Amino acid sequence: MNIKKTYRDAWNTGWTAGIVALSISALGLAELFAKRNIVSGVITMGQVMVFIVPIVMAYNFTKNLSMEQRKTGPLFGAVIGATTAIPLVLLIIASTLFNIRDIFVNVSPSLIELLTFGQENAYLGGLLLLVSMALLSYLSAYTHQLPEKIKRSLFTGLITILLVGMFSEILTERIRSIFGAIFGSSVGSAIVRFLFKSKAIQSIPAIVVFAIATYVGYRKIPKTEEEKNKSKRAFIVDGKVQWKTVIPLAVLLLILPLLLGTYLSEVTNNVGIYILMGLGLNIVVGFAGLLDLGYVAFFAIGAYTMAVLTSTGPLGLFGMSFWLALPICVIVAALAGVMLGIPVLRMRGDYLAIVTLGFGEIISRLAISDMLKPYVGGAQGILQIPKPSIGSLVFTKPEVLYYVVLAGVLLALFVSWRLRDSRLGRQWMAMREDEDVAEAMGINLMKTKILAFSIGAAFSGLAGAIFASKLTSIFPHSFNVLISINVLSLIIVGGIGSLPGVIVGAAVLIGLPELLREFAEYRLLMYGLLLIVMMLAKPEGFVPSEVHKRELHATDEDFVAEAGD
Amino acid sequence: MPMLEVNDIHTYYGNIHALKGISLHVDEGEIVSLIGANGAGKTTTLRTIAGLLTPRQGEITLNGEDLIKYPAHDLVYKGIAMVPEGRGVFARLSVMENLEMGAFSRSDKGEIDANIQMVFELFPRMEERQKQVAGTLSGGEQQMLATGRALMAVPKLLLMDEPSMGLAPILVEGIFDTIEKINKEGVTILLVEQNALMALSIADRGYVLQTGEIVLHDKGEELKKNEMVQKAYLGME
Repeated sequence: MNIKKTYRDAWNTGWTAGIVALSISALGLAELFAKRNIVSGVITMGQVMVFIVPIVMAYNFTKNLSMEQRKTGPLFGAVIGATTAIPLVLLIIASTLFNIRDIFVNVSPSLIELLTFGQENAYLGGLLLLVSMALLSYLSAYTHQLPEKIKRSLFTGLITILLVGMFSEILTERIRSIFGAIFGSSVGSAIVRFLFKSKAIQSIPAIVVFAIATYVGYRKIPKTEEEKNKSKRAFIVDGKVQWKTVIPLAVLLLILPLLLGTYLSEVTNNVGIYILMGLGLNIVVGFAGLLDLGYVAFFAIGAYTMAVLTSTGPLGLFGMSFWLALPICVIVAALAGVMLGIPVLRMRGDYLAIVTLGFGEIISRLAISDMLKPYVGGAQGILQIPKPSIGSLVFTKPEVLYYVVLAGVLLALFVSWRLRDSRLGRQWMAMREDEDVAEAMGINLMKTKILAFSIGAAFSGLAGAIFASKLTSIFPHSFNVLISINVLSLIIVGGIGSLPGVIVGAAVLIGLPELLREFAEYRLLMYGLLLIVMMLAKPEGFVPSEVHKRELHATDEDFVAEAGD
Repeated sequence: MPMLEVNDIHTYYGNIHALKGISLHVDEGEIVSLIGANGAGKTTTLRTIAGLLTPRQGEITLNGEDLIKYPAHDLVYKGIAMVPEGRGVFARLSVMENLEMGAFSRSDKGEIDANIQMVFELFPRMEERQKQVAGTLSGGEQQMLATGRALMAVPKLLLMDEPSMGLAPILVEGIFDTIEKINKEGVTILLVEQNALMALSIADRGYVLQTGEIVLHDKGEELKKNEMVQKAYLGME
């Protein structure tokens, strides 16, 4: 590949990045996030969103260059950065010439101010934007020239700063309360005043935090392959439980609500409920390879069963306790899984997806229908569902409910993990790979499919039951197809068939949006973007399962070599 | 009494009458080849015997026992294993895992390990590549793996669907040598092939299928000499 062509590629990449950056600005995302400071008075999240585009593009572009072209890599980066700025500069100039808001409603003066760094003169501001984008992209591309270890620790530092800045409001509150509780409230406030200002980290602490994070990152990065393997924290190695990893984690999980406080505990509980559903769907889709788009049905069935069994309102039948009703909810959901499983036995792929989608809709229609109104309350739902309680202790606060969710998630994780390596797990795997061959090998497809559906449904039923009791009232509108899509998305993002993937997926897709409240309107847009980017960049998910990793990288040279030993 | 007896089976795909009364038999220890053009019903016949398709009419017996009443997944316990068309290896699993899956119907760990060794002796290439992901094997190696996997079930009767499909001529010969070797170990083989010449060379007997019916049946060597077979399938004038 000659240099000229590479420059042309860089130019084209720059235009792509420019259009993305322009879209982010014109959609109003940049301005919206500009309200969230990262480093007080220096960087806002809005700026990060615009600038990250050329930076990432330049980084990726130069990563794939041939060895000889690497040396000029940073220059290509600068080209990408400068080209990215062109559409934005045009936007800035256009905004001075005519009222651009007639076309792009979101191109407000404050957006222009953000892009021009507050310069009055549009041309000067535009130039500033162009130069800074080119410079940052140059630096981003330059990181490839650094030793791998330094490069990675720098990224650790940068990401830490970003996260601390982004969530500084929550951190402020947490630090105040934790340090306040230990050293007295004046100390807590002092620490907060030192670190944060107007919901963002202060400049000097930012540098300190960056330095610490970079250093820690530098120390933590494994040098050799051997260390790399060692640093992979496994809970069980050669059949022996690794207490050194398990005990600290267990302690952390137990005291987590104390550290998190009410708001974050609530977020964690929501994430936990989605982890439960994710683990269930992971069995159906990930292990058994059956695409189920109506998974919300079992969530609804679990929730409504809990509501009907325990509610103290007019629709409650038995006034059972949460604990007594819980296993019943799980069993009812599992039976519903069998009910769905039998008619769809002969279906595969797309047909299965459509039928399950229909099943999900039927259940949510039934919940809202007049026909079942005397039993499940129609659109008014079921109210007065008691929270879980032991003796006189009622699990009202999220910090306490956390333990119920935690127990559920741990149980589901354990069951999933044991099933994956069991005989049934192998049956699912064979069925997923090739139904005919599986059958010829002596695998009873009917039994195997129905077990997948019913175990998956049971997890979702458990999630629904906890959900109902947590909210104390449920309405049919909470059980729409979006939940099925969310759960499916989270296992795809996390890595299909991977158990840690479900946790990471739920944290990213459910937890993160809760923490970025401005994000709410753009949630679906972000989902779409994230899924597209994931499929292009990391189709196996954040934490891929072993089998999947192999499939998607089977053509990578080093991988084949490794496998061929 | 023949080991496998297929008597006047009629199989349909929806309304399409694919098999119009196929009758054949396989004796213990034989290699029997089914040859015919595309769409003659060779694969359909094999899939019907394997239980993956259910005939509307006719009977299939193994050592006198009715097979049709058993679902496909029980046939492996009766001693029937299949190497499917297009090989159907589990592409994402390693060679070793594929072989282990082949022994799914069995539970004796010691015997399974002994069988794996036997497969490795038959296909030394599989031993070299036991950790490799099956999807990255070459076509010939995948065929070896699919065959080895079927043998892991320790079948009495092995059904093979187009083992030579898509393989280089030099590999095809190797595959047929192996089939003969497997047969000598005491496994009865029913083979479906487009490569009529090779299939008839190793077969004790052969059947020629045409549009869902058997039009010829004779010893392998005799069929090779048959004028119509030579013309239609062996490309000789």
